[in-house]
Amino acid sequence: MGELRLMKGNEALAEAAIRAGIDAYFGYPITPQSEVLEYLTREGYNRTQTVILQAESEIASINMVYGAAGAGARVMTSSSSPGISLMMEGISYIAGAELPCLLVNVNRGGPGLGTIQPSQGDYFQSTKGGGHGDYRMIVLAPSTVQEMADFVLEGFEIAEKYRNPTLILADGALGQMMEKVELREQLDRKAREIPGWATTGKTKDRDHNIITSLFIQPEEMEQVNIRLQKKYKEIEQNETRVQTIQVEDADIVLVAYGLSARISRKAMEICREKGMKVGLIRPITLWPYPSAAVAEAAEHAKGFLAVELNAGQMVEDVRLAVNGKCPVEHYGRMGGIIMSPEEIVEKIEDLAKRVNQ
Amino acid sequence: MEENTMIEVDIAHDEMDIVCERPDTLLDARMHYCPGCGHGVAHRVIMEVVAEMGIQDQTIGVAPVGCSVFAYHYMNIDMQEAAHGRACAVATGIKRVRPDKFVFTYQGDGDLAAIGTGETVHAINRGENMLIVFINNAIYGMTGGQMAPTTLIGQKSTTSPYGREVGFNGHPLKITDMIAPLPGAFYVTRTAVNTPANVRKTKKAIQKAFEYQKLNRGTCFVEVVSNCPTNWGMPPQKSNEWLSENMLPMYPLGDLKTPSKEELENA
Ligand code: SF4
Repeated sequence: MGELRLMKGNEALAEAAIRAGIDAYFGYPITPQSEVLEYLTREGYNRTQTVILQAESEIASINMVYGAAGAGARVMTSSSSPGISLMMEGISYIAGAELPCLLVNVNRGGPGLGTIQPSQGDYFQSTKGGGHGDYRMIVLAPSTVQEMADFVLEGFEIAEKYRNPTLILADGALGQMMEKVELREQLDRKAREIPGWATTGKTKDRDHNIITSLFIQPEEMEQVNIRLQKKYKEIEQNETRVQTIQVEDADIVLVAYGLSARISRKAMEICREKGMKVGLIRPITLWPYPSAAVAEAAEHAKGFLAVELNAGQMVEDVRLAVNGKCPVEHYGRMGGIIMSPEEIVEKIEDLAKRVNQ
Repeated sequence: MEENTMIEVDIAHDEMDIVCERPDTLLDARMHYCPGCGHGVAHRVIMEVVAEMGIQDQTIGVAPVGCSVFAYHYMNIDMQEAAHGRACAVATGIKRVRPDKFVFTYQGDGDLAAIGTGETVHAINRGENMLIVFINNAIYGMTGGQMAPTTLIGQKSTTSPYGREVGFNGHPLKITDMIAPLPGAFYVTRTAVNTPANVRKTKKAIQKAFEYQKLNRGTCFVEVVSNCPTNWGMPPQKSNEWLSENMLPMYPLGDLKTPSKEELENA
């Protein structure tokens, strides 16, 4: 058993980053995730000689991540919604140049400057590619402080396996809430092997290494895209993660991730106590999306309710997976407001009434 | 007389004395630059220094977006292609995780002094221990001759077709003069590649800058005033003269900041 601590989500994530042996972190303050930068600045260099640098902007941060990742470092950044928007160009370049790294978005309400309260309004941006071009990011959605910590190393391992950026999509509540967390042992960052493709200085025994996303000949660019799509297929096959709770006999299936999955679970339990057959599908990877689990449930369910802290984003992926087999509805709150379990129960009862008619 | 007559000279290559050679830090590739463009000269000068210092295996370069976007097709060293304007941030990332390597950026005026001004100023202000090579030819070459931040007053471009007008387009940005006073800047100089003498001086400056990087004392910044015969709309020879007559009064050559004796001794 690892060390147990009571920690804020943001701090648990930062602590997990140190223990995952990161070589560098580049970031810029923004609420509600500034604790990540603060914690790492306090602890990172002292404990593991990790480079922790406050950049002049999120644009600079993401490009520093690009440079460090291209030089073979295990590197990450974190931000919140408006800051992630600023990083989108850099993320597209990172995906195009196939650089592994970890990004963290502690989602707040938008659009625009919005609010600093929790939101899931960045689902589209995270999963459908907020930057330009046909690229994909692996998106992990924690719903506990424990997962905020666990997904750091897991995120790096997937990123490095496929040379692709991984994003942890959390929200302001997960970043700020305190829970018990079990921490893993410290990894020795110096023991990690530097990948052969990295720019570390051209030695006589190899050609020069180039990190680029520029392929000006259309034939070549198409081949690069074909290779990327093949890689994304492979990620879809191997890395989809989902939790299903009491879905086997469910008439009504809730689909929710992150914070709204916690609230939905409570709503599910209330309904079960009332004798209603309600289940919950919690996507852990938002991309690749666990469409198979949703499709399987659609074989017997009478209706789906996607519960999100937004105006209805993930519900589109639920609809695609359900493929018209039964009604798919959405319940959401926006602008930093969090729904109560009772609100969801009301929606479930309403949906159940209609599909049972 | 027939055209294209070739005179065959029957001398075996190994009997000739080699007086000038491509350094192995330059690849045997045909450059895409227009005839007479200063980029090729600047590339060669930097790569000669890397070869002569024997640091090919310790040098990492960052290419910009602009005409020299493919610098890595010619420079036989490990390189990264940065997003437009972000070379100094990318180089910061590299240098911070590989502090024992020599790191440099190669950027044009649009890249460094327009879209990338923020990254440039802050990297130098942090005193990132790296070299910034700034090629200033007062125009956007790759996109077809638009106005640059360094375009001269009255100079014509496709987006200042009647000449740059201060009241409308603002002044040419002398970014090298701006960053020289920053405490993070260790060595700041301005050279040109329009004459053989200036090319030699450029090489000296690049050499110094790489040597200074060993001292770990701050950012070295070499502005290279260069030409763009294609978008200036003149033959190469004329462009080099135009550079002397028009560019150099605005961007005078010479050192803007040099380390003091004590700084070098205490290093
Ligand atoms: S457009 Fe100008 S800067 Fe670009 S390669 Fe041609 S001459 Fe050189």
